[in-house]
Amino acid sequence: MSAADAALEAFKTYWIFVILLALAGIYCIVATRNLIRVLIGMELMTKSATLLIIVGGWLSGRMALAQALVINLIVVEVVVVAVAAGIVVSLFRKNGSLDTRELRNLKG
Amino acid sequence: MILTCIVLGLMVLSGVWTVMTRSLTRSAIGLALTSLILTVLMFQLGATMAAVFELSVCAGLITVVFISAISMTKALSHDALLQKTRDRLKRYWYLPAILLVVAAALAFVLAPRPALAAALAPAPAGEGFDALKSSLWKDRQTDIIGQIAIIFAGVTGVIVLFKERKGDKE
Amino acid sequence: MPLVFVLVPLIALLAINLPLGSLGKRLGFPVAALLAFLQIGAVLAFPAAWSGPSATTVGGLKLEFAADRLSLLLLLTIGIAALASTCVARGLEAKPERGGTKFYDLVLLAMIGMNGVSLVTDFFSLYVFIEVTAVASYVLISMDKAKEGLEGAFKYLILSAIATLMMLTSIGLLMAGVGDTSFAAVAAAVHGAGGGPGGGPGGGPAWILLIAAGLFVAGLCVKGGLVPFHAWVPDAYSAAPAPASVLLAGIVTKTTGVYTLIRLSLSVFAGAFHLDWVFLVLGIATVLVGALAALWQKDMKRMLAYSSVSQVGYIVLALGAASPLGMAAAAFHLFNHAMFKGQLFVNAAAVEAQTGTRDMESLGGLGSSMPVTSWTSVVAFLSAAGIPPLSGFWSKLLIVLALWQAGHQGFAVAAILASILTLAYFLMLQRKVFFGKASEALASIKEASPWIVAPAVALALATVAIGALFPLLWNTILVQVARL
Repeated sequence: MSAADAALEAFKTYWIFVILLALAGIYCIVATRNLIRVLIGMELMTKSATLLIIVGGWLSGRMALAQALVINLIVVEVVVVAVAAGIVVSLFRKNGSLDTRELRNLKG
Repeated sequence: MILTCIVLGLMVLSGVWTVMTRSLTRSAIGLALTSLILTVLMFQLGATMAAVFELSVCAGLITVVFISAISMTKALSHDALLQKTRDRLKRYWYLPAILLVVAAALAFVLAPRPALAAALAPAPAGEGFDALKSSLWKDRQTDIIGQIAIIFAGVTGVIVLFKERKGDKE
Repeated sequence: MPLVFVLVPLIALLAINLPLGSLGKRLGFPVAALLAFLQIGAVLAFPAAWSGPSATTVGGLKLEFAADRLSLLLLLTIGIAALASTCVARGLEAKPERGGTKFYDLVLLAMIGMNGVSLVTDFFSLYVFIEVTAVASYVLISMDKAKEGLEGAFKYLILSAIATLMMLTSIGLLMAGVGDTSFAAVAAAVHGAGGGPGGGPGGGPAWILLIAAGLFVAGLCVKGGLVPFHAWVPDAYSAAPAPASVLLAGIVTKTTGVYTLIRLSLSVFAGAFHLDWVFLVLGIATVLVGALAALWQKDMKRMLAYSSVSQVGYIVLALGAASPLGMAAAAFHLFNHAMFKGQLFVNAAAVEAQTGTRDMESLGGLGSSMPVTSWTSVVAFLSAAGIPPLSGFWSKLLIVLALWQAGHQGFAVAAILASILTLAYFLMLQRKVFFGKASEALASIKEASPWIVAPAVALALATVAIGALFPLLWNTILVQVARL
């Protein structure tokens, strides 16, 4: 097995775990009744993507680029989470609860 | 490779625990823990700077955001609220310090292992902080402009959404 | 030069937010409107740009912004939609719920994001600017902090997060398989010209590229509101405050979702991976689901939202034809839709402002009390349904032609039939809201403020003009867009 094949095998292992983490995040979003849990699920998904980008950089040797991407990614995601938390807190102040079942007003 | 698999498994397990645990606060701590293990993995793969960034921002800043959001959405009296937040922050501050030490130790131990990576892609000359700096500031300037814009958007959003005005409580 | 479109709004944003006291508060509208106007002017005033060399990059600062004719068309559309949106906001400003200059800040931020999307040449930068636009949208929708708005914003947020996950996973795979995220490098890898990861042995495994392409396209489909990911669209469009809806429906979804698909098809994928069949199937499904759902709606903005979903389906359908004619048709329909849908939302804003309701059952007979709104609405929906000689007719004709020429006659026929559905639900809207007798409660309604009526009139005139001048436009602009 050449070095390239071995690295590809390693990548496949990483890939499986990335998928598992991403699925955990998606499951968290879908199967929860608490608004903040939804945000936590979003963050888990982001982690899986971060890991994948770093592993991708490792595989192709472009680690500097991958790190730059991840740093940018983290900044963007922090902003998204902050705004999302703002929406959740405002929803709490309006509805008095964090229950996702309260989000039923828009139907039709 | 086996050690990497174990660490990967730990990360997924802590992710699953984060999803499954009943208490919201424990969920937020679980997220920080997952970040931590991810940091270890990143150290091992050679992404030292990004790992430090991930640790300080995701395991630090985002956890603070979550804990604040959780305390803001609990119907407590003002004083009890302040007290609870202070208690939580105190408890929280010890964790990353200890675990940072553990992570550094792990990274030091794990560093010589991936002979595979060295064989496959010999690191370009000047790998490390300089290469990252040049990559970030010279090649990805487009993204830097995007960062500035998104930080503005975030600040505007936070101001608009978190400000309580008289007409809000209905 | 293309950098200007991203830097100038950023500087303007800083300028508005300087602590200049009461003067600062009044700067919001003039600066935002002026910038939108300048953007329109900049694109239209340089006809040489339309037929000149196809891409310009900035020397000096190594910024990867490139403007080709497709980008220019989008920049024009963004400018128009932003101008309409700021005028509507100005018209509604007398109400205390408006958040001071915040709306104009957010419009500028959305413009920065969308201009960036139209100009980047790299997958990751595309993600960054899509997120800039997205964050601006979340805040725009939830600005009023009404229950509806917050709920709509949250649903948009969740689906958008899933789209982001797909895009980022795709970028990670691209890093693994190609080692670079720029359009040029990925295009080379897709067409087999480049080497493997990091210049190492042979090409990267094909499955990495396939999954990466599929995931990124899927993420963009969620952003664009294609079936089956369209669930967030009606909630977000109808719950947003009126000027935000004009911007959202007019241009935001189209930029971050559909324009990106056109761009990727043109510059990167160019027919690989059987994407054309994916677009054909998704496109026709979106057209039909959107049109059928629109028939059942009682809320005016919700119906317009489903109609938008349907029209976006047409754009994607045109992409499925996988020919230069298809690309040109898609780009043209994108532009036309921004015009007529933007205008319909401006009218909805007018109706909502004057009557206080969006429920079509309780509206009626507004044709006599709001004549301008009523007539411009007629122009818009005739264009949407594809009635000659309005602009919508030409773009739909091009789409059908492109599909026919590519051998997908069945899809072409389905598209024509769906136009009949479009006509049906719009006639219903017009009848319920504007025709008939006015009920007593609505007897004293007046026409909306000039700030709201003016963009409606302007857009309607533009729709008519583009339709009439189409043969001229065909040669000068559209052929260039397709040839690129």
